[in-house]
Amino acid sequence: MNSYSNLHMYVMAVPLLSAFALNLMGRLSRYWVLPLTVGPLLFSTIGSVLVLVRVASEGAFSYTVGNWKPPYGIELLVDPLSSMMLLLISVIALIATFSANAWARREFPGREHLFFTLYLIQVAGMMGLVLTADAFNLYVLLEITSITTYGLIAMGKGRAPLASFNYIILGSIGACFYLLGVGYLYMITGSLNMADIARIIGTVNHGPALATAFAFVLVGLCIKMAFFPLHGWLPNAYSFAPTSASMMIAPLMTKVTIYLIVRVILSVFTPEYVFYTHQAVQSGMVWAASAAIICASSLALGQRELRRMFSYIIVAEVGYMVGGIWLANGQGMTGAVLHIVNDALMTLCLFLAAAAMSSRIGSLSFDNLNGLCRKMPLTMSAFVLAGLSIIGIPPTCGFFSKWYLLMGGIETGHWEFVAALLFSSLASVALFFRIIEFGYLRDMEDKQAEILFKATPSNEAPMMMLAPLLVSAASLILVGLSSGPIVRFVRTGILKFL
Amino acid sequence: MTDLVSGIVAKYNYWIYVILMMIGLYAMIGKRNLVKKLLGMNIFQTAIILFFISMGVKRGAAIPILDKAGTLANGVDPVQILNPLPHVLMLTAIVVSVSVTGVALAVMIRIYREYGTLEEDEILEKLDR
Repeated sequence: MNSYSNLHMYVMAVPLLSAFALNLMGRLSRYWVLPLTVGPLLFSTIGSVLVLVRVASEGAFSYTVGNWKPPYGIELLVDPLSSMMLLLISVIALIATFSANAWARREFPGREHLFFTLYLIQVAGMMGLVLTADAFNLYVLLEITSITTYGLIAMGKGRAPLASFNYIILGSIGACFYLLGVGYLYMITGSLNMADIARIIGTVNHGPALATAFAFVLVGLCIKMAFFPLHGWLPNAYSFAPTSASMMIAPLMTKVTIYLIVRVILSVFTPEYVFYTHQAVQSGMVWAASAAIICASSLALGQRELRRMFSYIIVAEVGYMVGGIWLANGQGMTGAVLHIVNDALMTLCLFLAAAAMSSRIGSLSFDNLNGLCRKMPLTMSAFVLAGLSIIGIPPTCGFFSKWYLLMGGIETGHWEFVAALLFSSLASVALFFRIIEFGYLRDMEDKQAEILFKATPSNEAPMMMLAPLLVSAASLILVGLSSGPIVRFVRTGILKFL
Repeated sequence: MTDLVSGIVAKYNYWIYVILMMIGLYAMIGKRNLVKKLLGMNIFQTAIILFFISMGVKRGAAIPILDKAGTLANGVDPVQILNPLPHVLMLTAIVVSVSVTGVALAVMIRIYREYGTLEEDEILEKLDR
């Protein structure tokens, strides 16, 4: 029974170690790159399915690294929430890696192994983030993921290094604020283990120090997750990033940080403290989230380039989840956690579709999209499906999480949040139907079509990009239809806290 | 007034940490030169190191290397030794800060190759053209 209580450690360690193997072997021959990225990620996916099954049947379990007992050592803990995130990260990284591989060959010929070294380290870092139960270890892993993201974004052309530099500056401020918050927590409790901190906080007279710690942690993570007024780094970083990097970074980075804020609220500060001790902060955060959703959706309407539009949609979706968390009831929290999964899959589908389109037409500015549906019907139908999911049309997964968020808003009487959600849905309708109009109703100029599509017999994107896209589009429906079991699983994870 | 002054003097290391942090934050946000922004980031991180080290300090305590015979006979007296954990944490934080600085410098080289300058105003001017 105890035979695989350390499996989740291997799920994280295998991509990390194979990153180094890939760096060495990739120098010898580029044929090592594909097996050495798909192999470890496949292992992680299978491993995280096993971990999930075990958590579902037996409940949470943990592994203590190096046999240093918690609270002194670092504990890797899987509970329902983290096992779900672990599976999400490995599945998305696995799906994206095929398309990323095809793109890396175009974007960095001869340097793919360097790209995928960073890619695997980033995946391992994110897995560590969802597993760790140690507040300082979380800071280190946050920086590991961020540093690899800086590197991946800076590999792009043109404005990418500048966007990456701005991200470095803002990301470091965010991480340092988080570290300061941990410092204050350590001053109050003398411990770094999350469960231990939560236990000791309840027993000591903490005064304003705890509020200071929470403010620093909150602001730090809000910068990292690009919560609206602090989102400045995201649109440039994601739209100028190399195509091969954006399809993994965009779905996962913000979502993992939102998971972190859920984790910090549930296991460190406790919901009673976060939501009920400072009521003004709680309702203020819902208002801020509503403003974030409305502003980011409006900004998305003003964009004339596909990937830039997607990045503003991501900022709006961050508002959904932060608002859902701070509604402070079961419905809102369920909706927020479910939306982490759904939004990661939707964003993956959108960015894979953008990559597939871009492989044929190059620039993704809106003038370039005319008549694309006739040329690339499969790509465009997957794109439309992702769009429907962002809007929130029933069989797709986006509907279900939005439904929980709306119900949460209505139950707690936060009508501003309900209004913001509805506004954002309407804005998404405008966003996606505008592109559908370009794609389906307008015709591509013959000259342009000749240049772009003459070389190949099939007009669709190459198989390496199309197949992952279709898989991710199918997953939107599948996850949507299986929302019931997912919600039940999520609830087992959060109900004991609420 | 004297209370305020003695309060500041008694906890002067924490005041220095706050001042350093503000200098760093100002440089990161207010300065237009990318190198100065990076220096601001390093000052900011140094301030946090000072903060962590300050909380491990005790007056009159020694470094945490125990004398085996004495400890076995009398046990550990926490007043006699410094808390080593903040120092260890800051070793890790220094490693993180060095790697971030390294990546930032590498990115800066690419920016310089692209635009021929590290002044933000001049880069933005070139982008508009």
